[in-house]
Amino acid sequence: MALTRLLTKGLFSRPLTEPAPPIEEAALKRLGERLDVAARLRLGRSLAIRQVDAGSCNGCELEIHALSNAFYDLERFGLRFVASPRHADVLLVTGPVTLNMREALLRTFDATPEPKWVVSVGGCALDGGLFAGSYACAGGVGAVLPVDAHIPGCPPAPEALLGGLIALIEANTRRSGSNR
Amino acid sequence: MTGLADAHPPWSAILVDEPGWRAAMEALAAGELTLVSLWGEPGMVHMALSRAHGESVILDLPCPEGRYPSVGAAHAPAIRLERALFDLHGLVADGAVDTRPWLDHGQWEVRHPLGAAAPSTGPAPYAFLPVEGESLHQIPVGPVHAGIIEPGHFRFTANGETVARLEARLGYAHRGVDGLMAGAALDRAAQLAARVCGDSTVAYSLAFARAVEAALGFEAPPRAAWLRALLAEMERLANHLGDIGAICNDAAFSLMLAHCGVLREQVLRTAKVVFGHRLMMDCVVPGGVSVDLDVTGEALVRDLVRTIRERFPTLVELYDETAALQDRTVSTGIVPRELVQRFAAGGYVGRASGRTFDARRDFPYAPYDRFTFKVAVREEGDVNARVWVRIDEVDESLSLIEQILGESPTGPVHVNPPSGSGEGTALVEGFRGDILAWVRILKGRIERAHLRDPSWFQWPLIEACIEGNIVADFPLCNKSFNCAYAGCDL
Repeated sequence: MALTRLLTKGLFSRPLTEPAPPIEEAALKRLGERLDVAARLRLGRSLAIRQVDAGSCNGCELEIHALSNAFYDLERFGLRFVASPRHADVLLVTGPVTLNMREALLRTFDATPEPKWVVSVGGCALDGGLFAGSYACAGGVGAVLPVDAHIPGCPPAPEALLGGLIALIEANTRRSGSNR
Repeated sequence: MTGLADAHPPWSAILVDEPGWRAAMEALAAGELTLVSLWGEPGMVHMALSRAHGESVILDLPCPEGRYPSVGAAHAPAIRLERALFDLHGLVADGAVDTRPWLDHGQWEVRHPLGAAAPSTGPAPYAFLPVEGESLHQIPVGPVHAGIIEPGHFRFTANGETVARLEARLGYAHRGVDGLMAGAALDRAAQLAARVCGDSTVAYSLAFARAVEAALGFEAPPRAAWLRALLAEMERLANHLGDIGAICNDAAFSLMLAHCGVLREQVLRTAKVVFGHRLMMDCVVPGGVSVDLDVTGEALVRDLVRTIRERFPTLVELYDETAALQDRTVSTGIVPRELVQRFAAGGYVGRASGRTFDARRDFPYAPYDRFTFKVAVREEGDVNARVWVRIDEVDESLSLIEQILGESPTGPVHVNPPSGSGEGTALVEGFRGDILAWVRILKGRIERAHLRDPSWFQWPLIEACIEGNIVADFPLCNKSFNCAYAGCDL
């Protein structure tokens, strides 16, 4: 009964999903510059994302999870999370990169096929944040991998995450638009 | 065991010698005392103990030679804490049954970074516990997992689909929080405490703030205590709603995830509007809270409670009457009652197996000491029982929020901490269980701090409960525990 009630209600209520957040032009330009010819030929309007927690407090992961809820529903933008780096275009990396995670992060990067981008997420991933200078941290994703874009916040709100990821697709589409 | 009977909250410290320490070990092994935590500093180990009804004490054992009698040899819950203690401080547990490293993976430049630091000897092979028998194979999983989840390594030994042994290896999220705390000013230390474990940021901030207040001998204003409880219950609500959905999703029932996800999001959105941060980070600080609740905010929180009260019962009904879901959760991943007692497992892990401990009731602090609330408890100890404890706790949190809003006093929400020195301890109930905070403050700066996550005593029980289950049920068991990685790795 509960199932029927929920499904019937769902049929007649408005969707919760909200419009896409505005995208910051400067971020878009930066990203566009990073996308080379090979990338725009190979990528369509979709990105497969592999998330790697490189020692975050889990705050960023909670908000990344929220991207899949009914309000943000990131799959409508062609964005989806994948289970393996082999399937990924983007590594979404959080945390100050603990030294205990450095090798796993490098291996995940190596396992990701070209073309690929690294997007760092959250204050820790930028420069270590509060954990900068610790004996146990590398001090940000940039200390270990080439970073293409950064989404700031502690943790970034889902709108910011969504905006950053859509910018990645948009930058690609705009550059490749003349060829299609 | 002498001294404990005289000890009353706030926690008193007793300087002991080796025989005193060993007497405590025997009492632990006999089940007369509960191990609350074990930690160290150069030349000293500390053991926090409790007995029912808030009787609690911290034993301080000087160990100038860097050795102390192993508690883990008599009482298994201490084993991982001792391994961490050795890795960070180089303090040796005499007679320890497990001397493998825990936090130190050989990747830091130093060994024993908080003790007599020495150059690292580099990574060494990690010896997982041996498993012998016919037709056994091993499945290594992690630290990078298929989903969006914290880093940890799981080594399954299975016979076909049936798990014969699971061993977890953690430490991947070790950021060196204890080291960063040492010498930190109070505001920076509070920020660090808020980022030990992202889903429990309110609970950690609260434990830390209360320990600081105990150390400096002052109290947050009454209104602050009420708002702290409001923040803590909102956090509990958000996590339980998210987890109930996620557990069902791991049983391939995604409709529950979709609906619970909406409710969780509404809690976080309310938190953002009312308190300025979706996870309520840095809202609880030593001396009070950094946010206040106005009439509009109060109305929004009341709206939220109304929405959840309206929608949640249908979801509970759906959970309760979907046989396909029950088939996965009932009698899966059973934790026996003896184990939660011995490990003093807190939160829904303990309460789903008949251990009724709840720090809000058993170590009462304002404003919970004024409220009546039920501590949800089940006996079965399976995934289903852990789901039901959470369901009951959602109801309790909603009712507590209403009580808090109805009775909150007016007045200031923050006072500046006095400068001074001292030691303080606090135990608070996070959504996952009891969090211990201990601090020593020297002239307004943290000299040493210790934060103990509830998962220290829950992780070993996952390993126990999965035995005899199938590999495919591990995600379900794991999610029903939802142990912290970052919180323990620190």
